[in-house]
Amino acid sequence: MKAVKYKVLRNDPVADGVYDLVLSGDTSAFTAPGQFLNITVDGLYLRRPFSVCSYGGDAVRVLYKVVGEGTKKMTALRPGDAVDALTGLGNGFDAGRAGESPVLIGGGIGTPPVYSLARELVKRGVRPAVYLGFNSSADVVLAAEFVEMGVVPVVATADGSLGEKGFVTDVIDPAAGSYYYACGPVPMLKAVVSLMRIPGEVSLEERMGCGFGVCEGCAVRTTRGILRVCADGPVFKAEEVIW
Amino acid sequence: MVNTGVMLCGVRLDNPIIAASGCFGYGEEFSRLYDLDVLGSFSFKGTTVAPRDGNPAPRIADAPDGMINSVGLQNPGSQAVRDELLPKMAGYFHKPVMANICGSSVGDYAALAEIFGVQEQVGWLEVNISCPNVKCGGMSFGADPAAAAAVTKACREKTDKPIIMKLTPNAGSVTDVAKACEAAGADALSLINTVQAMRIDLRRRAPVLANVKGGLSGPAVLPIALRCVWDVYESVKIPLVGMGGVSTPADVIEMMLAGATAVEVGAANLVDPFACPKIIDGLPAKMEELGINSLSDIVGAAHG
Ligand SMILES: Cc1cc2nc3c(=O)[nH]c(=O)nc-3n(C[C@H](O)[C@H](O)[C@H](O)COP(=O)(O)OP(=O)(O)OC[C@H]3O[C@@H](n4cnc5c(N)ncnc54)[C@H](O)[C@@H]3O)c2cc1C
Ligand SMILES: Cc1cc2nc3c(=O)[nH]c(=O)nc-3n(C[C@H](O)[C@H](O)[C@H](O)COP(=O)(O)O)c2cc1C
Ligand code: FES
Repeated sequence: MKAVKYKVLRNDPVADGVYDLVLSGDTSAFTAPGQFLNITVDGLYLRRPFSVCSYGGDAVRVLYKVVGEGTKKMTALRPGDAVDALTGLGNGFDAGRAGESPVLIGGGIGTPPVYSLARELVKRGVRPAVYLGFNSSADVVLAAEFVEMGVVPVVATADGSLGEKGFVTDVIDPAAGSYYYACGPVPMLKAVVSLMRIPGEVSLEERMGCGFGVCEGCAVRTTRGILRVCADGPVFKAEEVIW
Repeated sequence: MVNTGVMLCGVRLDNPIIAASGCFGYGEEFSRLYDLDVLGSFSFKGTTVAPRDGNPAPRIADAPDGMINSVGLQNPGSQAVRDELLPKMAGYFHKPVMANICGSSVGDYAALAEIFGVQEQVGWLEVNISCPNVKCGGMSFGADPAAAAAVTKACREKTDKPIIMKLTPNAGSVTDVAKACEAAGADALSLINTVQAMRIDLRRRAPVLANVKGGLSGPAVLPIALRCVWDVYESVKIPLVGMGGVSTPADVIEMMLAGATAVEVGAANLVDPFACPKIIDGLPAKMEELGINSLSDIVGAAHG
């Protein structure tokens, strides 16, 4: 973990209520896709955690959805503003387990860390199959950037306004592939884990006090006992999470 | 050169800053960030006889100038702390540590006092009779003078180490509980634990915390903590460890003026992992600005 003072490079709306925030500064604490940073928002006591969508050089990128007070305040950030963050938090995805034909599954605002993993896999010469689920075409993020990377995602929307109509679990072949990685809302993750017939790992969310493992605020029940989403996760083996 | 040293129950602290229980784990994560020996000391996570899983999530809610937690004393239990964590701690902390213990019966407290009372690394026992997040035990002892006295006495019989009883602001009369602890043999008192509180999620129309209620800490509780320390200072002769919302050198001095001999820093560590070293670094300049040569001179000075 490293505490970093970033400068905002960009903070633009990219989908319905979703902003693309790019920060410039030290990214050396990030070692794996699926890690997160914990941002101080002016006027709020607790920091807000966000997965990194990409990191490298002196820029880190986050996609966030406006859901409450903190994310609403974040929309007011302008290029040049300072942002205080704890960086390099969490374990991240284990790209080493991907095998030859990994399957990546993203739901809604859970897509950014999956995108970050796809970049890493492509860099390693592995081409993943990507499945993305959204409520509606207005919520779709990063689909075009997957295509630019040479990975064409299968998109499902609940209202059928883009791609297949239905949930992401309606469009996945549960037995195809070597290993899977998933991030998204809990109901989606639960459905994915019970559907899949291959091993995999999932990225979880929980409300956090510290984000670096000292307050026991972010408990998750697992077959290894109560673990901390922030320090033991956010990525857990699919079979070890007790939902 | 100003003097930041204070004596707490016969044990010298290089400075009055003690990281508070539950906001510092067992120190390991922080030891990777800075040299823990800069601290006066730290109080480790509230430890129970057997391991505890704590309460269901969500356990954390944001609040104006503070936070609410309902962790519920999740900890690995006294055996693991004694046999695994204390030896590990010896590698990264070289001062007396404060052992925060919590039970659900008087017998539990006695057993914990016996276990940690003989550990060389332990400088003080901080007896938590004030956790608002466990159903039996914790605050139910700290809210009742007779029960608080019984716990104090049971611990006193098991150890010669200094016993610091940790009090709750949620008691009917915190001064009655303080006096009962003093009479039963406590060496010092620490206060305050968190203030019972809750938040409601407007969209779900339901409490944010799975446990419904939790404990508020952070700057929001500083004035409440000051009031409690003030009242207790006027009611007992034993030293006090003040806490609740302390985040700056000025807060430390305010807490000491109210009557605290040492000061614990809790939630501030969670939002800024470097909160304690920053406060410690800033203390001498603040003392000079206020014309304070020695911190131990100002304890209770606001009482005239
Ligand atoms: C590891 C991790 C990665 C995340 N990655 C992203 C991401 O890439 N993009 C994104 O848009 N969101 C992400 N989230 C969720 C994001 O942290 C919350 O949406 C955000 O904190 C809400 O803050 P708020 O003040 O707007 O909402 P409020 O509801 O007003 O927040 C109140 C409190 O609830 C907490 N909270 C609310 N919802 C969540 C949640 N789902 N998870 C954790 N804490 C929550 C907040 O931190 C805050 O303490 C992630 C969460 C975690 C734990
Ligand atoms: C997440 C969290 C966990 C806590 N756990 C304990 C505990 O195990 N034992 C204890 O005596 N106090 C515990 N406390 C209370 C703190 O030690 C302290 O008394 C209180 O938070 C007020 O100080 P602060 O405002 O500086 O945090 C906890 C507080 C928080 C925020
Ligand atoms: S948020 Fe504090 S331990 Fe995970």
